[in-house]
Amino acid sequence: MNRTLAPELVEMEEDTQYGRYLTFNLGTEYYGLEIKYVTEIIGMQLITTLPGLPAYIKGIINLRGRIIPVMDVRLRFDKEQLEYNDRICIIVACFDGVDIGLIVDRVSEVLTIPDADIVPPPEINKTSNKFIKGIGKVGNEVKLLLDYQKLIDHDDILAIITD
Amino acid sequence: MSENTANDSLVDMFIYETSQNTEQLEQIILNTEAAGSFAEKSINEIFRIMHTIKGSAAMMSYVNISTTAHRVEDLFYYIRENPGAKYNCSDISDLILSCMDYINKEIDRIRSGSESQENDCALLVDRIEKTLNATKNGAITEEIETKTESALVINKYKAVIFFEQGCEMENIRAYSIILALNEFTDKVTYEPADIIDNDETAKQIRTNGFIIHIETEKTYDELFAILKQTTFLRDMELTDENKPAPADNEQKQIQNVDPIVKVEKSDVKSEKDEDNDKSAKDYHQQPQSIISVGVSKLDKLMDLMGEIVIAEAMVVENPDLAGCELTNFRKAAVHLRKILLEMQDMVMSLRLVPLATTFQKMHRIVRDMSKKLGKDVRLQLIGEDTDVDKNIIEHISDPLIHLVRNSIDHGIESMEDRIKAGKQPYGTVTLEAQNAGSDVLIFVSDDGRGLDKEKILSKARKNDLIHKLETELTEKDIYNMIYLPGFSTNESVTEYSGRGVGMDVVMQNITSVGGSVSVDSVEGKGMTVMLKIPLTVAIIDGMNIGVGNARFTIPITAIRESFKPLKKNIFKDTSGNEFIMVRGECLAIMRLHSQWDIETKVTELDDGILIIIEQDDRKRCIFADALIGRQQVVVKTLPQYLKGIKNLECLSGCTLLGDGSISQILDTRWLVNADINTKEIEI
Repeated sequence: MNRTLAPELVEMEEDTQYGRYLTFNLGTEYYGLEIKYVTEIIGMQLITTLPGLPAYIKGIINLRGRIIPVMDVRLRFDKEQLEYNDRICIIVACFDGVDIGLIVDRVSEVLTIPDADIVPPPEINKTSNKFIKGIGKVGNEVKLLLDYQKLIDHDDILAIITD
Repeated sequence: MSENTANDSLVDMFIYETSQNTEQLEQIILNTEAAGSFAEKSINEIFRIMHTIKGSAAMMSYVNISTTAHRVEDLFYYIRENPGAKYNCSDISDLILSCMDYINKEIDRIRSGSESQENDCALLVDRIEKTLNATKNGAITEEIETKTESALVINKYKAVIFFEQGCEMENIRAYSIILALNEFTDKVTYEPADIIDNDETAKQIRTNGFIIHIETEKTYDELFAILKQTTFLRDMELTDENKPAPADNEQKQIQNVDPIVKVEKSDVKSEKDEDNDKSAKDYHQQPQSIISVGVSKLDKLMDLMGEIVIAEAMVVENPDLAGCELTNFRKAAVHLRKILLEMQDMVMSLRLVPLATTFQKMHRIVRDMSKKLGKDVRLQLIGEDTDVDKNIIEHISDPLIHLVRNSIDHGIESMEDRIKAGKQPYGTVTLEAQNAGSDVLIFVSDDGRGLDKEKILSKARKNDLIHKLETELTEKDIYNMIYLPGFSTNESVTEYSGRGVGMDVVMQNITSVGGSVSVDSVEGKGMTVMLKIPLTVAIIDGMNIGVGNARFTIPITAIRESFKPLKKNIFKDTSGNEFIMVRGECLAIMRLHSQWDIETKVTELDDGILIIIEQDDRKRCIFADALIGRQQVVVKTLPQYLKGIKNLECLSGCTLLGDGSISQILDTRWLVNADINTKEIEI
């Protein structure tokens, strides 16, 4: 019984998650992250800094016994760092078994954005918009949809450091 | 899903049991080889082991393993049945050992899910048969009379078997009898014939009994004994068809008596069986007091133990309790801690296994190598009952093999050279293990020629491995060079060593479990390698220190002392490096706060505290704001993601403190070796 049900359930779960994005903002811009990556949203935690890491990796936190690295998304996008206060959130995301906490200004809501409403980001030059997978149109607003893979990739950082 | 997991666990069990059996067998073979011939006891033991392997392999349908095992069994069956037979003990040992190698390889293949090697199996079977024939021929002169006699007498039997009522699956049980019979004769016919395919036959057997016609050399009694072992046997009639009615009166009796007597008879039989069972139980009593548990469960238990230690600290040292008068609470807390400590020891000890099996494996290597290299080498084991963590065993097995190989290949001289040097003609390799506090020390020593300092130096020069003035190099420095990658003083590459990998593998493996390696050597007398390995790696005794807001933990084993320095003992060199004189020793000072740009108010050396760290005979002073306290900490690895960004070699992990904050565990090897005070953060 279980065996026959399981794949359908998985499919259904994927279906309900498909096209759904958790939106958050950094300053005035709104971003979207595919909901399937998101594990939970937590408040600001005590962050332990580690020596010798790139500035956007703030350090590690203790999430109920699990040690998770945290990244300041503002710094990742070369924006000014905001002073950490109680309203600042950490989105705990998991991709391919890699847990990571993303520090963002504020989490807003979960939206469904159909593929038809997503357009590719305009190309300005080679390095720009590398974290953006597409631009989603929701009513009158736009959400910048993040390419999570590129966000956590650090090859580009190594390249910058060695320059 | 569930089917798969059940199967998996069967496979796991099979792999576990078979590897245990092969290990045991290897041990027996090595022992008997030393003795020169197979004692009856060991033949029986070998026979039993091969039989077990064969049976379980056949059950799991690993045909190649079971065929190989079957052939070996044949060979030993012959040896057992013909005690007078002459055989070449060393040849047979070689053969059996290669069979073991083959089976082990097959097991590896099963584990990795790759195809089994049929060719090798065929080759082995061929070899075994040749040996068997040779053994038979060698013995033929003595055996000829008895053999012809026994070969000619082929007895025909008829057996009718009834199973106990309600035992179910009679057809399958019947088939297992046929399997047992097939082991010594292939002339077996039975009715009903389609017991495997047709479940209906079960009913038939229930009413009519299971009828078997057997042709075999075995006597009536032997056959009777074999058939009697069948489980759930209610009744059995065995008739010798060669000697029809008259001779066998017991048989007649059974046929003629009425059912009640029959029952009585079977009762007697079952009583007898019980007796058999009892003796079997006595035999198995000991193994039954041990259960095998999956390592993953133990790992989980260990993790939970770590969590509970932290949770306890979180409760007892909860900031909300600060300043409260809590006599009873404290009492209860102390009680809780006591139990937790005991439990922790227990959980740790669950994972401890004696080094014996790992050490025993070396016998094989010594034997094979001394045979191949034509050296006479003996292995001495001391303290093999020392216990170490399961994780560690896995990591030291390879290094030990490398070290033993190195000793035999490089260290021990040829027999002539040894006699010339006035030593015993045979070389000795000694493996010694002992507990030393929270470490295990393992010594691998040989009485060979020792390390050649000049050779090492010239090799190091050639490969540009010397980074110091040569006059500054101590003996130890030179010896330790053999652990650098790509270093081998052996001119020619042999089968066993000389490629220059090996020693650095030893180093890597040992350091990965937090241990260290050091070498000592006396030219012409031999060398000793010492492996120092922490007993367990998951929970360490640590000293927590504070620097600004950050918390660090240093393994207590590396701390020599801590003290408040006096200003007059501190001086600086021209490039601004700081040193301190401690009892005539000059130690470099590493300021943790400037090392990593941590903000702190304590920057004057006499405001904070200095901690002397010693690792691998190197010492250094670490400057921190204050000591926070000693604590058993659970080592947690840093997220893999961070390691991908930067090699965090300065940290060996992190841990959670009582208040839930994270403390970074400093790598002591890094502490004593790192460049001090590089203001810019190194990448």
